[in-house]
Amino acid sequence: MRRIRFLAWAEVLHVIRDRATLAQVLVLPLAQLLILSNAATFEVRDVPTYVVDFDRSTASRGLVDRFAASGNFDIVGDSTSLDLANDELLRGRVTLVVTVPHDFERSLMRDRAAPIQLAVNAEKGSAAGVVQSYALRILSAYSAELGTTLRPTMANVRSASRDQPPMRGATRIEVTVRNRYNQTLNYKHYMVPGLLVALVTLIATLVSAQNIAREKELGTLEQLNVTPLTRGQFIAAKLLPFWVLGMLDLGIGLTAGWLIFDIPVRGSLVLLFGSAAVYLVVALAIGLWISTLVETQQQAMFVTFFIVNIYLLMSGLFTPIDSMSPWVQTVSLLNPVRHFVTISRALLVKGAGLQEIVQPLAILALFAVVTLALAIRQYSKRTA
Amino acid sequence: MMAFRTRSSALLGLLRKEAYHILRDRRTLIVITLIPIVQVVIFGYAIRTDVEHVRLAIVDPSPDSATLALRSRFGATDNFRIVGVVPRSADVDRLFQRGEAQEAIVFEPGFAARLGQGLPARVQIITDATEPNTGSAIQAYALQVIQEYEREINPAAGTIRIVPQVRTRFNPTRDSSNLFVPGLMAFVLTIISSLMTAISLTREKEMGTLETLLVSPLRPWHIIVGKVAPYLLIGFVSVIGVIVEARLVFNVPLRGSLALLLAEGLLFILVSLSLGILISARTSSQRVAMFGAMVGTMLPTMLLSGFIFPLESLPWPLQMVSFVVPARWFVTVARSIMLKGVGLTYLWRETLVLVVMALVLLTLSTRSFKERLE
Repeated sequence: MRRIRFLAWAEVLHVIRDRATLAQVLVLPLAQLLILSNAATFEVRDVPTYVVDFDRSTASRGLVDRFAASGNFDIVGDSTSLDLANDELLRGRVTLVVTVPHDFERSLMRDRAAPIQLAVNAEKGSAAGVVQSYALRILSAYSAELGTTLRPTMANVRSASRDQPPMRGATRIEVTVRNRYNQTLNYKHYMVPGLLVALVTLIATLVSAQNIAREKELGTLEQLNVTPLTRGQFIAAKLLPFWVLGMLDLGIGLTAGWLIFDIPVRGSLVLLFGSAAVYLVVALAIGLWISTLVETQQQAMFVTFFIVNIYLLMSGLFTPIDSMSPWVQTVSLLNPVRHFVTISRALLVKGAGLQEIVQPLAILALFAVVTLALAIRQYSKRTA
Repeated sequence: MMAFRTRSSALLGLLRKEAYHILRDRRTLIVITLIPIVQVVIFGYAIRTDVEHVRLAIVDPSPDSATLALRSRFGATDNFRIVGVVPRSADVDRLFQRGEAQEAIVFEPGFAARLGQGLPARVQIITDATEPNTGSAIQAYALQVIQEYEREINPAAGTIRIVPQVRTRFNPTRDSSNLFVPGLMAFVLTIISSLMTAISLTREKEMGTLETLLVSPLRPWHIIVGKVAPYLLIGFVSVIGVIVEARLVFNVPLRGSLALLLAEGLLFILVSLSLGILISARTSSQRVAMFGAMVGTMLPTMLLSGFIFPLESLPWPLQMVSFVVPARWFVTVARSIMLKGVGLTYLWRETLVLVVMALVLLTLSTRSFKERLE
């Protein structure tokens, strides 16, 4: 035990002395959190929209006004030329073109129904789907409104969370909608709990892999191997300081997220840090395993970056697990990051308790045992 | 003439040495070759945002003919999968917290009876809006189902309908692979051209072998060409690899001219290589060079190029920064060529920006490299 303490203390001194590492551990997470939470977002707002209004009637102008007033669309141009609109799409300056045909108002009066065209620039990726659902919502609200003004009947959509005014009438089905857990649809509330996981993962895996690779490069690993220190003691002493650092980083990140972005903390923090304690063992063990595979710090960094990158992309941190191909969803069950992201969001955003996260937590614990055992075995083989 | 010949054979020698270096470092080589292949697969299959098979919970305290009819509507569409029917809406939270349900439809008791009496029958849609985009999308799906049902039971009510005809341009199936492949090319090229060049040049510096090269009859530009040419080749090969893989596995279209795409690719490689040289000239250790290359080129390429995340949603300071990120321009160009099939008429501005960037960076990097020599 004393040996572990000494070596761990040496490690702490190293970290404190080496400013690059210290910066990596303390400054990088904050910078990462600030930049990523702003940059890594699929949030859709101010969609540049072009209007081609052939009808120029009260009804069509009302429709355009609804788009402009919704806050999701930014009308950047209008004309009665489809060619101009198409050109803007090709140039990538607009994401949505709304085309209102001739006789829009007349068909509405006569047939109670009229078509309009929406051309979405799907080159913008995920935004296309959201743009479409925003546009559809405006259309259904507007047709409901027209229904009441032209003749007072029709389904009303009353929104509890959005600022659409409640509409009453001789309603048949009255729908209320509620956005649970994220009433303001704030993307940061979704991203930050996930980014905390990314942050902890990077630190734990990268720093531990790099650190051991450096000892290897410098030849000091050989020296440690001829001391009476056992492999288990060596690994415990090596990983312990980084385990503490990881917890510290989580604390820093969480505080920053809470202070700056006002992210919700609805569940128990004890559970969050408890889960992090288990998760960090997995992340550190993976770092240790990488360090046994490589010879130099450069390789350590490269391989870690590669592996962590895949882990993060497939963890549901950026895009929902539910949207992934079925086989990827199955494979991602083997991804520890996925389970901790799930736990972090469930605890922070949804206010879950132990009972709700027990399954991912159990999987993480299993991973911790398996990866640590594997990494230690691999490590002994390399050095024996 | 003789001098020229010895010099060019010296350059060949340097090229050969560099090739050996690259081939000998197996681990890095494996990572370099794996990155493009694995990334295409990941982005094609995993980075998607389509919402389907929404896990729906139903809260129906007193099932009756109307709620059952509406429930079967939800069950019949492909968009929904009913995962549970619970009597109280308080039970929904647990399902949400466990991730077992994403959305819940809550009927009020006596739903059919109220409908029969002509009273408003109330139904609530609760969505797990933790991820706002999914939240909005599944809410819209549910609204649609309910409104359709309402129109059916109530055909003559004089409802107004605006029928949207949606056309999804340039990528009708909204396949994410179509969108990511152009960005992926930029990403792979940045890793290979900027990161690897920066590291390999600083390594020579760190080991002191750059000095040896400098006192050899090689000209400075020989050294640069010798160090950089192998990476240019690797970069070019992996771009072609990405295009071929994307075509074979995901059927990603190439609507514009391949020649133009490759030419723009070369231009972008030139920009990235100059960045790599610049970074290596300004740093002295591999570690710092790697860090510089990651922060200075890789992260911006990933985050600020519109490759994964839409540029429009960035806050304005980051949008300003994105203008000086070369990948931003290349991603626009590559996407437009591949998906929209447009040519230089539409892309001359982006191309011009890349040309200017290449010229400026090339001048800067050769100059700072020369400075180190004197």
